Amino acid sequence: MAKKSDKKIIYKKEKEMPPSAISFYSMDYNKTGSWRNFRPVIDYEKCTLCMVCWKFCPEAAIKLEKTKKKGKEEVKPVIDYEYCKGCGICWEECPTRAIDIEEETN
Amino acid sequence: MRKVLTGNHALSYGAKLSRAQVISAYPITPQTEVVELLSQMCASGELKAKFIKVESEHSAMASLIGASAVGVRTFTATSSQGLALMHEMLHWAAGARTPVVMGNINRAFAPPWSVWTEQNDSLSQRDTGWMQLYAQNNQEVLDSVIQAYKVAESLDLPAMVVLAAFVLSHTSETVDIPAQEKVDEFLPTYKREYKLDPDEPHAFGGLTKPDNYFELRYKIQKAMEKALNKWEEVGEEFEAFFGRKYGLVETYKVSDAKNLIVSSATIASTARNAVDSLREKGKKVGLLRIRVFRPFPAEMIRRILSSVDKVIVIDRNIGFGSSGIFCQEVKAAMYNEKNTPPIFGVIAGLGGRDVTSKNIIEIYEDVIKMEEPESDIIWKDLKI
Amino acid sequence: MKLKIPEQEIMSCGNVACQGCGATLAMRYALKALGKNTVLTIPACCWTVIDGPFPHSTVNVPLFHTAFSAAAATASGIKAGFEILGKDTNVVAWTGDGATYDIGLGTVSGAAERNDDILYVCYDNEAYMNTGNQRSSSTPLKAWTTTTPVNRPKESHKKDIISIMAAHRIPYIATASIAYPEDMIKKFKKAKDIKGMRFILVFCPCPTGWKYAPQLTVKLARLAVQSNLFPLLEIENGTKWKLTKKIAHPKPIAEYLKPQGRFKHLNKKDTAEIQQIIEADWNLLLKKIEK
Repeated sequence: MAKKSDKKIIYKKEKEMPPSAISFYSMDYNKTGSWRNFRPVIDYEKCTLCMVCWKFCPEAAIKLEKTKKKGKEEVKPVIDYEYCKGCGICWEECPTRAIDIEEETN
Repeated sequence: MRKVLTGNHALSYGAKLSRAQVISAYPITPQTEVVELLSQMCASGELKAKFIKVESEHSAMASLIGASAVGVRTFTATSSQGLALMHEMLHWAAGARTPVVMGNINRAFAPPWSVWTEQNDSLSQRDTGWMQLYAQNNQEVLDSVIQAYKVAESLDLPAMVVLAAFVLSHTSETVDIPAQEKVDEFLPTYKREYKLDPDEPHAFGGLTKPDNYFELRYKIQKAMEKALNKWEEVGEEFEAFFGRKYGLVETYKVSDAKNLIVSSATIASTARNAVDSLREKGKKVGLLRIRVFRPFPAEMIRRILSSVDKVIVIDRNIGFGSSGIFCQEVKAAMYNEKNTPPIFGVIAGLGGRDVTSKNIIEIYEDVIKMEEPESDIIWKDLKI
Repeated sequence: MKLKIPEQEIMSCGNVACQGCGATLAMRYALKALGKNTVLTIPACCWTVIDGPFPHSTVNVPLFHTAFSAAAATASGIKAGFEILGKDTNVVAWTGDGATYDIGLGTVSGAAERNDDILYVCYDNEAYMNTGNQRSSSTPLKAWTTTTPVNRPKESHKKDIISIMAAHRIPYIATASIAYPEDMIKKFKKAKDIKGMRFILVFCPCPTGWKYAPQLTVKLARLAVQSNLFPLLEIENGTKWKLTKKIAHPKPIAEYLKPQGRFKHLNKKDTAEIQQIIEADWNLLLKKIEK
């Protein structure tokens, strides 16, 4: 399993450094959410839970949030704003136009 | 078991005894017999290896790097144009720290076309991070392949065993073929530490910023420096197993020598006769054969050269715009020494022109008259 | 609600791809289909950088970076290594159009002729995108790139790589589009279990290079198929051609071309010419399709 880190690793000790350019860490540290100019927002009133947004996100930044309601499993798409780059594909592809695009204020 | 083998077949037997597991090669004169015999050995099951009949030398090296990264033993052979074509991937093998072993038949570069021997092809690759050694007879060729795997795999650095076109590649000599069981004991299966394995997924060779690329280059150089001791160590172990001794260099009648001839490969082999003839005439001359060229055995050379009056380096190669390559490296090794003798650089035998014992005696007698070298290159028997 | 494609992600977030990158979506789908028992080899291309800098990596499978022209040969070697060790691992060359159509074409042909047991994928964004959008032989006719400027746009047709691969008679060839993930994943799963060389060409729009708003990536990939510009097909053994999606009423190519800055300079005559070429190529293709 890839190791996690909170920032880009730079090796400073010979013993810790692998013999060649071998990557042991994941890219989790790179919070691509900071790239956004526009932020997609799901309107759960209009959302039919079709998951097309989850399907077409290049970043896999839309997560399937699973909850149990009255013994039934419910799944809904939730945008992970730490990583969403704001490309707008989900907004474009949503068949019920349930996703709005807002200007990113952060 | 003793067999009459050409240099090419000695390479094939070296690879077979070392139990190479993936072989990828493209034919080129004068290497073709190496891969033809290996091809037969794989087809008959004598050698349990996958033989990939690649469409170019660049692909030969690329495929071996991939196989080596999985953790298997790999082998190829090539020469001149083919070696040049795989140049990009030679850097890759070293950078990826894959211990590929390759036989290179020294052949002069085109244009114009030539199939005869010259060392420019392998020496052009001297900065790639590959270890290189120059063999002087077919026994050494076979033995060096086995040793090369041991050194290469212990340091994760690729290695090439270099031999002269036709003079060795196509010349038959008696070679002792060691028993497979003994080779298995001397050279166990290759175990790679970080390999391609879905159970341990990593990326290999990713984009590296200036923040750490420097350190990775340092690691390659450190491995090369460790290789100096490793070659000697493996040489001694080899002697214990098989009774034949090889080191970084070979000295001949050096202990009381006043003057020294320094060379490599088959010129050094011939020079032994010249040294004997000169000794009969009362000349106190000795021979230093440089066997391992990368890593360069600078310390050993300093020790041997420090006690002589004059040194003659004979290069069967040329670094255009500079001078003979072995000579340059010898001079560089000696530069900071307090008492360094004058070093005369002779270039002979380019394009496969014969260098006989008589030629070497002539070189000695011409050069020994000179006080100091007047230029960086003394051309031997240029016709124009 | 039932998901139509596998749920598991084999790629983590935080990759450095451009917003709306078609090639990233392609990798996401490919990994879902192939599973974890996969080794990727990637030559110089956008994905060399997308995966992230040393010592980080975004994909959760082994990835061996290799030289620009060397992906097919490296993949062949990796597979040979696994075969010697008796391991049944999927070996996949994941390459751009530069590596496949141009600099590495010889190595692709070599691996195909030997029928090496590898899955060779070309994600096609129709130019050398990683180096800043220079033309490749995959760049379509009349497109702008940095080496085919507007006053002299691409003069040659897009190379027909599918016919070239078919001529090698390899067991399986397919085209796929990121707008049709179910079709793409089905093809990758099918290819995974076939022995011998398999070749899949994936159509990947690139907002940065094609100059369009990034939200249109999937839409353009869909329009390409719907206008018969990029037919979705499968070829068995180079001889049995089959369409996996039949378009009842093909859309005019103008709809596909209009949003793209790289085609902004086209006039009506150019668009009509492109339309004619698409129809001619489509008719030629129909002759190859098995009845």
